[in-house]
Amino acid sequence: MRFLGTRYSAAALVRHALSGAAWPPAWRSPQPKSSYDVIIIGGGGHGLATAYYLAANHGVTNVAVIERAYIGSGNVGRNTTLVRSNYLLAGNTQFFEYSLKLWEGLSQELNYNVMLSQRGQVVLAHDPLQLDGLARKGNIMRLNGIDAELLDRGEVMRMLPYLDYSPRARFPILGGMLQRRAGTVRHDAVAWGYARAASGFGVDILENCEVTGFERNGSRVTGVKTSKGSIAAGRTAICVAGHSSVLAAMAGLRLPIESHLLQAFVTEPIKPFVDHVISFGAELFYISQSDKGGLVFGGHIDGFNSYTQRGQFPRVQTVAECAVALMPSISRLRLLRHWGGIQDMTPDGSPFICRTPLEGLYFNGGWCYQGFKATPAVGACFAHTIAHEEEHPLVRHLSLERFRQANGHDEYGLGNWTYKQ
Amino acid sequence: MLKIACPGCGVRNYTEFRYAGDANKVRPAHQVRDLGEWYDYVFLFDNPKGPHREYWQHVLGCRQWLVVERDTATNTVQGTRFARDGGGE
Ligand SMILES: Cc1cc2nc3c(=O)[nH]c(=O)nc-3n(C[C@H](O)[C@H](O)[C@H](O)COP(=O)(O)OP(=O)(O)OC[C@H]3O[C@@H](n4cnc5c(N)ncnc54)[C@H](O)[C@@H]3O)c2cc1C
Ligand SMILES: [Zn+2]
Repeated sequence: MRFLGTRYSAAALVRHALSGAAWPPAWRSPQPKSSYDVIIIGGGGHGLATAYYLAANHGVTNVAVIERAYIGSGNVGRNTTLVRSNYLLAGNTQFFEYSLKLWEGLSQELNYNVMLSQRGQVVLAHDPLQLDGLARKGNIMRLNGIDAELLDRGEVMRMLPYLDYSPRARFPILGGMLQRRAGTVRHDAVAWGYARAASGFGVDILENCEVTGFERNGSRVTGVKTSKGSIAAGRTAICVAGHSSVLAAMAGLRLPIESHLLQAFVTEPIKPFVDHVISFGAELFYISQSDKGGLVFGGHIDGFNSYTQRGQFPRVQTVAECAVALMPSISRLRLLRHWGGIQDMTPDGSPFICRTPLEGLYFNGGWCYQGFKATPAVGACFAHTIAHEEEHPLVRHLSLERFRQANGHDEYGLGNWTYKQ
Repeated sequence: MLKIACPGCGVRNYTEFRYAGDANKVRPAHQVRDLGEWYDYVFLFDNPKGPHREYWQHVLGCRQWLVVERDTATNTVQGTRFARDGGGE
């Protein structure tokens, strides 16, 4: 059953080169069946990974992933590709480390090169309190067996000589924390790799098919209405990133979520220059260099709820100001492109991976800035939650009910609705 | 850029304002002890893709609170008025 298509290998490459035969499509494009054991709504990284782990870890293969556009058109193809596991709060620390471990074996597991590049991430500190905070976080990581190194100013200078260390620097750099195993992944390859592997197990990937409502039998969800007709499902799972509230409304649910626009940016390509991922400590800003040479960076959400996927210009300006405050030498680089994606924002900045008040309906959403790096762990833990009808131990703190119980999970300690502060 | 027509100051860039959330929510009366009602008020949102009635404060202008009707799918603004004239909650 596994890998209905060609297995990728050096031998297959030679074979295809010599024979000139076309490569088969990486995943099948079947017609919808009338019913499935599990329907996953949303063919982003999370939905496709969930389908893959349902098949690979739980033997559940009568599964459909329903995507309203094409695979990779959502945030999985719009993010800035950073992966890391430097989180402070119990629950987050373990979950994101589990994810990073899965990333480390993913190319082999999927037989698809996701181009994980563990180039290391440096988080900068600009005042003594921040450096203390990083030391605390690093210690917590190390107690959990995760790599973390505290850097003083001299070490940061040697590692990242192109930052502004002059007396005129707006935010002097005192030190930083390095996670060597952090880095970047080729985001499109993640969508395609999971799609191909899931399809190989028999999962149907239904593109250009929009979910428009739910089929109900009392408080039980029994399937979905789509632009291609109704499809029955034993279990239905929502994985639609910035559109969680829209899907929830179709089921009569309201969520602790607002949808917001996040932009990302890439400059014209230059020679290899930025070898690591760098996170500014004075503002939400991070930068890395892509294999094509462009500097890829991002910052805050635009600041008001939106589904437009089109960024506002003032944010381009403030993010560029961060870039130049940190690295004056790039001030004359031209911006090649910028784009936006819609992401859920939650009161505490943490997501949801859980059952819902409706039987047969499962929910993964509320992913603010950190959803890409979580993709493999979301897939594995959400698949477990669906297969066992009970939350995976690593995500028990991510329930929809946590605010009712005054149990918010606030990594940055900024209080309710981080973006509103 | 998103522009908001403040009834006091005229058409301004949205950066002069601070977005302050859903204006359809009704704050429970001060003496309400049912935590469920407060939970709804503080945490749950319709968050629609489409027309949305919301508060903005003109922090870099007249500092008045406004009720703005905006389509969240297109950013088209349908109407703006002072919150003190009603139309919020
Ligand atoms: C600009 C930007 C930068 C980011 N940078 C990072 C980063 O560096 N690191 C990180 O960890 N995270 C980052 N993120 C967050 C991360 O990209 C998301 O949290 C994550 O991709 C969300 O999961 P997904 O891949 O499943 O989403 P998506 O790819 O958006 O998948 C959801 C899918 O659901 C589909 N859908 C919606 N409604 C329906 C419907 N009614 N019927 C059928 N299908 C539907 C959509 O078309 C979409 O394809 C970033 C996000 C953005 C926008
Ligand atoms: Zn005004």
